[in-house]
Amino acid sequence: MGLTSESTGIGVLENKLTIVKSTPVDKVIALAGNPNVGKSTVFNSLTGLNQHTGNWPGKTVTNAQGRYRHKDKNFIMVDIPGTYSLMANSIEEEVARDFVCFGQPDATVVVTDATCLERNLNLVLQTLEITNKVVVCVNLIDEAERKKIKIDYSKLSKHLGVPVIPTNARSNKGLDKLMDAVYDISTKDTASHPIKITYDGIIEEAIEMVKPKIEEIAGEKVNSRWAALKLLDSDDTLLESLNNFLGFNLLDDEELSGLVDMAKKHLVDNGIGEEQLRDRIVTKLVKIAEEICRNVITFENKQYDHIDRKIDKILTSRIFGIPVMLAMLGVIFWITITGANYPSQMLSNFFSWIEERLTDFFAWAGTPEWVHGLLVLGVFRTVAWVVSVMLPPMAIFFPLFTLLEDLGYLPRVAFNLDNFFKKACAHGKQSLTMCMGFGCNAAGVIGCRIIDSPRERLIAVITNNFVPCNGRFPTLIAIITMFFVGNFIGFSQSVFSTLFLTGVILLGIVMTLLVSKLLSKTILKGLPSSFALELPPYRKPQIGRIIVRSIFDRTLFVLGRAVSVAIPAGLVIWIMANIHVEGQSLLSLCAGFLDPFAKLIGLDGYILMAFILGFPANEIVVPIIIMSYMSTTSMMELENLNQLKQLLLDNGWTWVTALCVMLFSLMHWPCSTTCLTIRKETQSWKWTLISILVPTLSGIVICFIVANLARLLALV
Amino acid sequence: MTGEQITLDSLPIGRKAKVKFLTSDGPIRRRMLDLGLVSDTVVEALQKSPSGDPTAYHIRGAVIALRSEEAKKIMVEVN
Repeated sequence: MGLTSESTGIGVLENKLTIVKSTPVDKVIALAGNPNVGKSTVFNSLTGLNQHTGNWPGKTVTNAQGRYRHKDKNFIMVDIPGTYSLMANSIEEEVARDFVCFGQPDATVVVTDATCLERNLNLVLQTLEITNKVVVCVNLIDEAERKKIKIDYSKLSKHLGVPVIPTNARSNKGLDKLMDAVYDISTKDTASHPIKITYDGIIEEAIEMVKPKIEEIAGEKVNSRWAALKLLDSDDTLLESLNNFLGFNLLDDEELSGLVDMAKKHLVDNGIGEEQLRDRIVTKLVKIAEEICRNVITFENKQYDHIDRKIDKILTSRIFGIPVMLAMLGVIFWITITGANYPSQMLSNFFSWIEERLTDFFAWAGTPEWVHGLLVLGVFRTVAWVVSVMLPPMAIFFPLFTLLEDLGYLPRVAFNLDNFFKKACAHGKQSLTMCMGFGCNAAGVIGCRIIDSPRERLIAVITNNFVPCNGRFPTLIAIITMFFVGNFIGFSQSVFSTLFLTGVILLGIVMTLLVSKLLSKTILKGLPSSFALELPPYRKPQIGRIIVRSIFDRTLFVLGRAVSVAIPAGLVIWIMANIHVEGQSLLSLCAGFLDPFAKLIGLDGYILMAFILGFPANEIVVPIIIMSYMSTTSMMELENLNQLKQLLLDNGWTWVTALCVMLFSLMHWPCSTTCLTIRKETQSWKWTLISILVPTLSGIVICFIVANLARLLALV
Repeated sequence: MTGEQITLDSLPIGRKAKVKFLTSDGPIRRRMLDLGLVSDTVVEALQKSPSGDPTAYHIRGAVIALRSEEAKKIMVEVN
């Protein structure tokens, strides 16, 4: 889900990298690494910052920064997106490469996975081509030990020519040594002598033709050998960044561009075209990594990933794969619904007790009626609803979902569902961004960066809102409990609630697929692009960390955001309900205006207005509906869902209204934060507008059909 | 079928093969190379997803799922 306090709220809109040094001698450290090697855990352990961690590739999509102090120096650590390569095949790789190359860090730490070192060395070698100020952190050594993978770290360090530090960041093992090594590399001028990567003779000759001239033009600012190689490789995005960094266009120098052409011709004359050059460069790196690993790693147990494969055989099997997935989703919902029941009731009782005391207090203090109305009936009630209805389900759902994430299950979901997405001409990783959407659609939209193809990324962005975020979950649960499972009691009630909720989520997923397909056939025409998804090893979840992280990072943060929106919303609603124009409150005037249209889609004017006023945060839709109704009917106490249901029934709700509210909640415009995030991610108002229109129109159409079908068939 | 060259997507589950060459170009080729799919790399087909595609492969110590479209563009020699 990728929710951090930075990526959940408005913070997501500010990801431009500005590094603030508290003193000029602060050291800037880049933290690089393949996706899913525990980079974020290393980052958190060092800086104490709560970068959310999860066991699936592509968590960090922007550069997060944190600070720590070691010995007498301050360090600013920049967590860059996890990438397999610095050859920039995707936006994340571009971000990562640009920081390592042009962010001028005082040192770069490359975090690698001890259980999968060979694959990780590719990135280490590419980094070493750019800079010699590198520390290699071999993380997850406990996992490796468990799998009986033995690594000779000093030998590895000798091969690479830079310090290699084994760590297990989850248990803080080796982090002191890592900080020592970073300290040494970043403060001392004694340069390390990293491994020299020598390519085929012809390529080396071509590099030599270009390199001296680059040295002459750009001086020490760039690694001339590396820049030469990239010029020969015609890596356009890199050249752009390089030119931005230098402040001038390298190839404007006619002599240099002449030399580059000559060198390229030299390559072509010897049978090395652009494609072959890239092949040979990568092949060389891969072979070196292979060679190094052959020398430093021993697999004492050849079947080291035997258990993972066995689990995969079940979780992604033809017969059980999808049922198990649905069952897991169902169990999570069931625990959430059942578990949230009592705390919700208790909170609600507690708040109404406080409300009574507040009312007494205002009566005693003799304040005017409107002050009590504004503060208690307006603000307090809205906040009380938001807290008592939102908090318990979130506090249960988040840790459970995080658990699945931490285990490494989410990539398996993407694996299971990929074929559906392929048929919709979309990308399999869209299921990962969908999962992020469960937490927060804004985070889901940012997460779409893990999809390389711009077309498929847009599809994922536009359809992300079809997954109900945590702001909409409790609304759905409350309505289901009130209107659809009332005939059942006890255990069977919670089971039916679960089935119903799962059904709603499935509908969201089906809509995602249908709309993706529709977009692919119309405004976003195209074929599915390439797909390569890593299925990382399963890992033992860190229960303690999960609970702390999900409560503090996610639950409280999201709740805080909801409450801060609920306060002004409560004010506005109360004022609207109490300012009268020609004998009618402002609220009922507006609702009256919306009513004819709202009725067409099975809602009423108040409900539709609540959705409109809920634009800043979906959490407040139901409280607004309640307040609106209460302001028009006689006052009553709302202590439990039964009384709430009675209030709704009194205001003309039927099961069709309830169903339409749920459908419209599932399919309407994204909240304001999400809209702004979409604007930022797509850099286009047009796509933002489309992202608003697509779910909204779907909702209107479907609610219209449901409402009128029910009317026609005389079901109500 | 020893020594026979086939495309990776037709490699039976549980069998290993050696990469001979890639027939893709552009970004897809780069992706595949980044995964370590250079010539002589040993690849093992682990399992198919519930609907038969994509397929998970063991590549240089990592498990990577590839769609049949990508796997079709990788020529391997069964050993």
